[in-house]
Amino acid sequence: MVDTELADLSNNMLLGAVLLYVVAMLGYAADLAFTPRPAKARAKELVGAGAPVEGSADDGAEPAAAPRRDWGRFAVVITVFGWLLHAGGVVSRGLSVSRWPWGNMYEFVVAICLAAVAGFLVLMIRNKARYLGAFVMLAVVLGLGAATIWLYQAPGELVPALKSYWIAIHVGAAIVSSGGFTVGFVATLLYLAKARHEEKAKEGFLDRLPGSTVLDDLAYKATMFVFPVWTFSIIAGAIWADEAWGRYWGWDPKETWSFIVFAIYAGYLHARATAGWKGRKAAVVATVGYAALLFNLVGVNIFLEGLHSYADV
Amino acid sequence: MGLTGWLRWGWRQLTSMRTALILLFLVALASVPGSIFPQRGQSPERVVQYFEEHETLAPWLDRLSLFDVFAAPWFAAIYLLLFVSLAGCVLPRSWQLLQNVRSRPPAAPKRFGRLPQSAEFRSDETPEQVLEQARQALRKRRFRTVADDGSLAAEKGYLHEAGNLVFHLSLLALLFAVGLGAMFGYRGNLLLTEDTGFSNSVAYYGEYHPGHMVDPDDLAPFQVTLDDFEVDFVSSGEQVGQAREFTARMTYRERPGAAERSETVRVNHPLEVSGAKVYLLGHGYAPTFKVTDGRGNVVFDDAVQFLPMDSANLASEGVIKAPDAEPQQLGFQMMFWPTAAPTPDGSSVFSSFPGPLNPMVAVVGAFKGDLNMDSGDPQSVYELDAEKLEMVKVERRAMGVGETLKLPDGAGEITFTGFKEYASLTVTHDPGRVPALVAASLAVAGLVVSLMTRRRRVWVRASAGEDGRTVVEVGGLTLGTPTVEFDDLLRELRPEEPEPEPEPASAGTIKE
Repeated sequence: MVDTELADLSNNMLLGAVLLYVVAMLGYAADLAFTPRPAKARAKELVGAGAPVEGSADDGAEPAAAPRRDWGRFAVVITVFGWLLHAGGVVSRGLSVSRWPWGNMYEFVVAICLAAVAGFLVLMIRNKARYLGAFVMLAVVLGLGAATIWLYQAPGELVPALKSYWIAIHVGAAIVSSGGFTVGFVATLLYLAKARHEEKAKEGFLDRLPGSTVLDDLAYKATMFVFPVWTFSIIAGAIWADEAWGRYWGWDPKETWSFIVFAIYAGYLHARATAGWKGRKAAVVATVGYAALLFNLVGVNIFLEGLHSYADV
Repeated sequence: MGLTGWLRWGWRQLTSMRTALILLFLVALASVPGSIFPQRGQSPERVVQYFEEHETLAPWLDRLSLFDVFAAPWFAAIYLLLFVSLAGCVLPRSWQLLQNVRSRPPAAPKRFGRLPQSAEFRSDETPEQVLEQARQALRKRRFRTVADDGSLAAEKGYLHEAGNLVFHLSLLALLFAVGLGAMFGYRGNLLLTEDTGFSNSVAYYGEYHPGHMVDPDDLAPFQVTLDDFEVDFVSSGEQVGQAREFTARMTYRERPGAAERSETVRVNHPLEVSGAKVYLLGHGYAPTFKVTDGRGNVVFDDAVQFLPMDSANLASEGVIKAPDAEPQQLGFQMMFWPTAAPTPDGSSVFSSFPGPLNPMVAVVGAFKGDLNMDSGDPQSVYELDAEKLEMVKVERRAMGVGETLKLPDGAGEITFTGFKEYASLTVTHDPGRVPALVAASLAVAGLVVSLMTRRRRVWVRASAGEDGRTVVEVGGLTLGTPTVEFDDLLRELRPEEPEPEPEPASAGTIKE
């Protein structure tokens, strides 16, 4: 049933991916550290004022042609290689057991990390958000490390309840949205730090990040994009539950917590557009939402008894 | 402030975004205890267990409905307030959107400098030409345009608000669909042994949960028989004993006398019949026994459903009641092991595999006397009422298929004749299921549309300048984050070589 050679290949590829992500993280950190800061800030203002038509309102992250030693580009290349290895690890894991590679907690967390890196790469291309790199890499390395140390399970077959094409849809959507929420969470934390930093008008490492408005906007974009995906994941789960358990909603702990996550993030999206809540308060809401998401992904299976317990740790 | 004033104030407070947000967070918070404490709706047996383990705390928690969180009055109060608040916010906004769509885009403001996006440039073309070009450029981008004297007003992105409203209205609809299912739906659970059947009526269900509006006489009169049940277990490797597939072959009739059809039911593949669904949720063993009484008559010859004690390897226990036995009624407490194996010290037996590789039973307790089945109180089929029974001393040994145990003093004997399997089934009928799915799908669709589009207005004013060239002003207002569309538009309208401006325009900057 289990192709052990492919399973070993998967483990080795994932190990390689983690190593590359560590290297990439250092690269992004060097990129942030060695880029001359004040010149960059000034250059950006001049660009903004002199050529109003150039540059969209969305990014404003970094001038396209700023002179730099290319630590950043190096890190991006390493990230892409790491991501390919990571994806290879996920695919070979699936092939080794002839099923979708997210049937237990270990595989699930590994796939979420893959989605998070993919989300970062998209934001980097579309929103020039390379500055997120070091932090996303840190989160992903921690996630993959935790998965390997505490959650690892040898590849194996699924229980009958999980043998359904809905696992691709429901869990797939949960993975994509969790990865996106992770990137949004990283941006939210940076926003909170940066906003505080700006308030105190201090000099320091955080000067190398774009302004708090840009970070806030980026966090919002990431969250806004995946919120419908999360909603869809809940609904797909409900349809599956109706096929498997005879009811589409039964307040199983996993269902309850996915609803809680939905409610908190819905609150965040509203709060951002409400006077008196936008800014830091909304960011705190998003942070609480991410904490609930993490608890739902892992904590519910460990601490609470429910129908999703076969997705064992 | 009079009464109406207070009411109006209260309504405004309730329907404000701030209140809605707080209610939303309260719903999230209120759900948490429902995941921490066992819930009667989900696992009543764990509630009972909780009461046993926390004798002083449990009654207090119960008074606060913490074992029925999702049916608790305080939970209902929060979500009903939230939905009223939502309706109070969304319905007027729907009306407003309708008005907006039917009326023209607002005319250009006097000063464009105050708008989030604005620009000014000179053109060699006449104001009319500039406005016509602008109109075409805007139409191409699917703006609605209205020409005023010397200016142009354009608007698009009504889908943003429409999607937003569809999302929220769908949530309201979802609540009604759930309510519909709770009122007109029902759920029944039963254990069905191979070669037996049931009719969709309350009498057959071990547990039956009807909605408030369900008449038990109106259940669809279908009949289902379980012909064969099979489990495929992993037989080696790390996952040994894990079930790979459950297969229940069933035959059914829509009503008595209707044509018989057959269907293979699996987990994730229920049987659909007459608007209801029959789900396979679990399984167990039903060993068969033959009991002969003291007079030599066969007083019991049937399969008995045993309940698994050990969910991994299905060591199970159950009772046999022979009320027809004479001179005294007989009762047995039994154990069943699908794959019996001696414990390492050899003192007893355990089950080493859930499949029936070496099925054995043992009499744990044999009783004679009065089973107390005529008292009128309903009795569990899984327990003996030992009050009027006398325990009979018997040899405790594991018996294979075909083996017989004789009771002392010629009181009778019991033979282990074989075993069948039973399926744990749930029958549900939920008329809210399809409406709920439609509402949920609309909600996601509305959400996606709303988050992908933005309502935006553009104004263009063109007038003759003092130097004879045309002064063109462009202003943009976007609800939400400004889009790059404004810059694209500007690039299109602006002459090729922009002359240096004395004062820098603020295109593309964000003013929040």
